[in-house]
Amino acid sequence: MTTSVEIGTQDSLQIAEHFKPAQGRSRRRFTWTLLLAYLLLAIGGVCMVTPFIWMILTSVKPAPELVDFAFFPENPTLQNYLNVLNTSSFERWYLNSIIVAIISTTSVVFFDTLVGYTLNKFEFPGKNIIFVGMLGTLMIPTEMLIIPWFTMSVNWSWHIGYAQYWGIAFPGVITAAGIFLMRQFFDGVPNELLDAARIDGMNEFGIWWRIAAPLVKPAIAALAIFNFIGNWNAYLWPLILANSREFYTLPVGLSFFRGESTTHWEKIMTAASLASIPLLIVFLVFQRQIIRGIALTGLKG
Amino acid sequence: MRLTLHQRQIIWAYIFMSVALVFFVIIRWYPTILAFNVSFRDWNVFEGSGPWVGLENYQEIWQDAGKPRSSVTAAFSNTVRYVLFGVPSQLVLALAIALLLAQIRRLSAVFRVAYFAPYVTSAVAVAFVWNWLYQPETGLINQGLDLVGLPQQPFTKSPAQALPSITAVAVWQNLGFAVIIFLAGIQQIPSHYYEAARIDGANAWQLFWRITLPLLNPIIVYLTVLGTISYLRLFALVQNMSPQGTGGPLKSTTTVVLEVYREGFSSYKMGYAGALTVLLFFLILLITIIQLRFFSRRVEY
Repeated sequence: MTTSVEIGTQDSLQIAEHFKPAQGRSRRRFTWTLLLAYLLLAIGGVCMVTPFIWMILTSVKPAPELVDFAFFPENPTLQNYLNVLNTSSFERWYLNSIIVAIISTTSVVFFDTLVGYTLNKFEFPGKNIIFVGMLGTLMIPTEMLIIPWFTMSVNWSWHIGYAQYWGIAFPGVITAAGIFLMRQFFDGVPNELLDAARIDGMNEFGIWWRIAAPLVKPAIAALAIFNFIGNWNAYLWPLILANSREFYTLPVGLSFFRGESTTHWEKIMTAASLASIPLLIVFLVFQRQIIRGIALTGLKG
Repeated sequence: MRLTLHQRQIIWAYIFMSVALVFFVIIRWYPTILAFNVSFRDWNVFEGSGPWVGLENYQEIWQDAGKPRSSVTAAFSNTVRYVLFGVPSQLVLALAIALLLAQIRRLSAVFRVAYFAPYVTSAVAVAFVWNWLYQPETGLINQGLDLVGLPQQPFTKSPAQALPSITAVAVWQNLGFAVIIFLAGIQQIPSHYYEAARIDGANAWQLFWRITLPLLNPIIVYLTVLGTISYLRLFALVQNMSPQGTGGPLKSTTTVVLEVYREGFSSYKMGYAGALTVLLFFLILLITIIQLRFFSRRVEY
């Protein structure tokens, strides 16, 4: 079966078109307006980027240089990185963050897509109640649920040992926002296509898995990336649930690291760099998709 | 017995949704009810129960709020101030940047990456970098002030400056998201609206007030509601930017969620913390309803 409908892509292409500045406008007024726009954007850009540069520069300075008031390091060194890696459990925290983010992202991609599809393409009794029941959970701030979640985790021993991975991940393994996003995207999948597959004798799961889901791949990719980033940076719930150092996620480990090295800013900046650089690299690699995805979800939602 | 196609569809729909239904009932709705229940009890999280005390937790909050230098009063009034300072500055800055970005063609992608980078960075890492930037004597900002002959500022070390200083960081971190959404919105406005208005003799100022702003209304509402909710739930930045994570100096930066964390998970006063989360829920609900009422006007062209 051949088809050229790639719904998410079409939308992203439209968005990409929108990101191209209107040609007529920029050509008509050159010089001062444009120059001023660049100047203001550059000043703003410097304000956005300087903290990151300062973080990295500080992390490669030997401690005595911190009071020298020089912007660039005189004797750059990676010694701080070795010290921090040797005295903390950073490599374990990386592993924990990756495990938790993978558990929740895999689950979110599978279930949000499946449920979004069902709510879009199927008619069944109780549909409205289920729809409202899922949508309604968006009104409840997760802060209100942490005490009940913690009670449940203690009750089922999810707060000790390896179960902590599940304990940290379980609140986010299915998301109402993701379901509604995917539900919107399945609008673009034509019902005729699904009916044709039914006549060919394909079962419903196969139709979803082999025909419908591949058509919304770009939307699924956006969902996966946001979920990964969100879980990677999650703080309050992992802070509450993880009760031993070996099970901290990166943000939690980083937060406790401060207490141990109060005024050693070169160490704190090294730790902050270690925690943020991997995700910044992921962001730089996928920046097109991420920024388009944000624009897409924002306009759809 | 042979099932009709529609009957089979119903069965498939429920199979597809089964895991999600269980999730929403057990992980979302049951904990929501439990959260209200906890707030009426002297809850012991490790026993998963506690004696019913009626409205006592709420009465205690009310009494605490009446005491001089009360944490609860500080938490609620600070939280409202974070919203009042943060949301408008975030929206105005983001709109200005998006309007500038819509004018330029070259380097547009570079600027978008620069403005968006803080949004994908962990709030804990962001907090530490800004702690270092805000440092008295050795911090980059105070060195810069020295350089241009201005007096050094205490920033997060002073009760008067701490809250605006943390708000500025929150704005810095969340700005990029609003910029991207605004930019996508601006570029969705058909250019013939502008052309027609220009033929009628409208100037740039009128184009902005009469076309751009009214057409961006739905996006402004969306970003206001989303931004307000995120400032009402502020936690990670405050916990990692105030001394010992207590919302100081002199409770000047503490938030509702920080008090929930401290009362619930440091002092183990779960019932009290639970009552605070219920109040936070109603505060979010109330503000969201008010915003949706007053800010959404349908714009038809």
